[in-house]
Amino acid sequence: MDQLLVSTRKGLFSARRTARGLWDLESVAFLGDNVSLAMQDPRDGAWYAALDHGHFGAKLHRSRDRGATWEEIGVPAYPTPPEGHVEKDFLGREIPWRLIRFWCLTPGLASQPGLLWAGTLPGGLFWSEDGGTTWTMVEALWNMPERRKWAGGGADVPGIHSVCVDPRDGNRVVVAVSSGGVWHTKDRGRTWTAHTKGMRADYAPPELVEAPESQDPHRMVQCPAAPHVWWIQHHNGIFRSTDDAMSWTEITDVKPSVFGFPVVVHPRDPDTAWFVPAIKDERRIPAEGRVVVNRTRDGGRTFETLGHGLPQSWAYDLVYRHALALDDSGERLAFGSTTGSVWISENAGDDWITLAEHLPPVHAVLFV
Amino acid sequence: MSRVAFTRNLQRHVACPPCVVAGATVQESLDQAFALYPRLRGYVLDEHGALRFHMAVYVDGVPIADRRGLSDPVSAASEIYVMQALSGG
Repeated sequence: MDQLLVSTRKGLFSARRTARGLWDLESVAFLGDNVSLAMQDPRDGAWYAALDHGHFGAKLHRSRDRGATWEEIGVPAYPTPPEGHVEKDFLGREIPWRLIRFWCLTPGLASQPGLLWAGTLPGGLFWSEDGGTTWTMVEALWNMPERRKWAGGGADVPGIHSVCVDPRDGNRVVVAVSSGGVWHTKDRGRTWTAHTKGMRADYAPPELVEAPESQDPHRMVQCPAAPHVWWIQHHNGIFRSTDDAMSWTEITDVKPSVFGFPVVVHPRDPDTAWFVPAIKDERRIPAEGRVVVNRTRDGGRTFETLGHGLPQSWAYDLVYRHALALDDSGERLAFGSTTGSVWISENAGDDWITLAEHLPPVHAVLFV
Repeated sequence: MSRVAFTRNLQRHVACPPCVVAGATVQESLDQAFALYPRLRGYVLDEHGALRFHMAVYVDGVPIADRRGLSDPVSAASEIYVMQALSGG
């Protein structure tokens, strides 16, 4: 794929491959506006851009001409809370019943034209059956008592950042929630069950270390060609499942750090995945000021730390959960940082080229 | 008839020149403005009809008191101004 969309704090930038190993920024849409993420619908080619206007709320725009023109479409609405109802999370902080931000957009299957899923802040899951024009909340998840235990992470309120639609059955959907766990539905949202066996949250009080709601997945991906294999970059480390996300195996001893936010998995090889490690918790910076990418090709038994072409000193770029992307070939990777750098690899991470160093903070990248 | 004006920062997203409305409350007045500019509603109000947290509405220079129900009275000669609730420097 020869084009990259970079969603940033100040616009949606587009870069294009001009020659082997050469990429150039070529345009920007929504300049000055906070673009949370972009999505391409593989079924009809439509692009979606989610905006987070500080004053004016979250908006969604769609382009049917690869970004030449955009139209504003609908946004999800949270239900009206019962009169006098003030919802608080388990720490006593108020959770508003209103849309704050889109945190992921996921298309349905080819057999489900027009179906989109949106994970939102705070803690909402919505679907659209008309390509984003109108939205319906998945109320069974919102009304689930366990949702009140979701704590949030990456934002002040809980949010759904990963929605995986099973390629074998579009009614089976798994969502990951920062400090809220991993939740499955087999009936397109009517019933939900957590499956976090094997995960642990060392940062939680001792009695809650293995509780489903304590688990803090930062990003979850499912291998398209081997959909029983899943990867999660968790606050506590890297976890992998080979049984349809029913149970998880922790992968330890990953240098320079097992912490990070993003993960991508090879589209055809479930044993190959990439991560961007960082020092955890209060610091959240690359270890030793070196920007690196970790790659495993053997299901997590070993990792290679890749830094050729990346800054190896005095670099403090943090990479958010949606800011690492892989294209359909499994060879091209890109990632963007909170300090406005974007790097691209055309050989699965062995070598990196710098696309940009002075963009606004990067929220997400996407090959289109 | 009262007059409703919107911050220039909104114009970048939704064309909304000043308009003249006849409402007895802020809600009635804004509803008439939103009838003229339908897409504007979601920029000013949240999905429950409350004023967005970072927005402000002034009636004759006074910030409205009822940000949720928008029940503040409006007179025929009132000037209603919709702007951002400025914060920070």
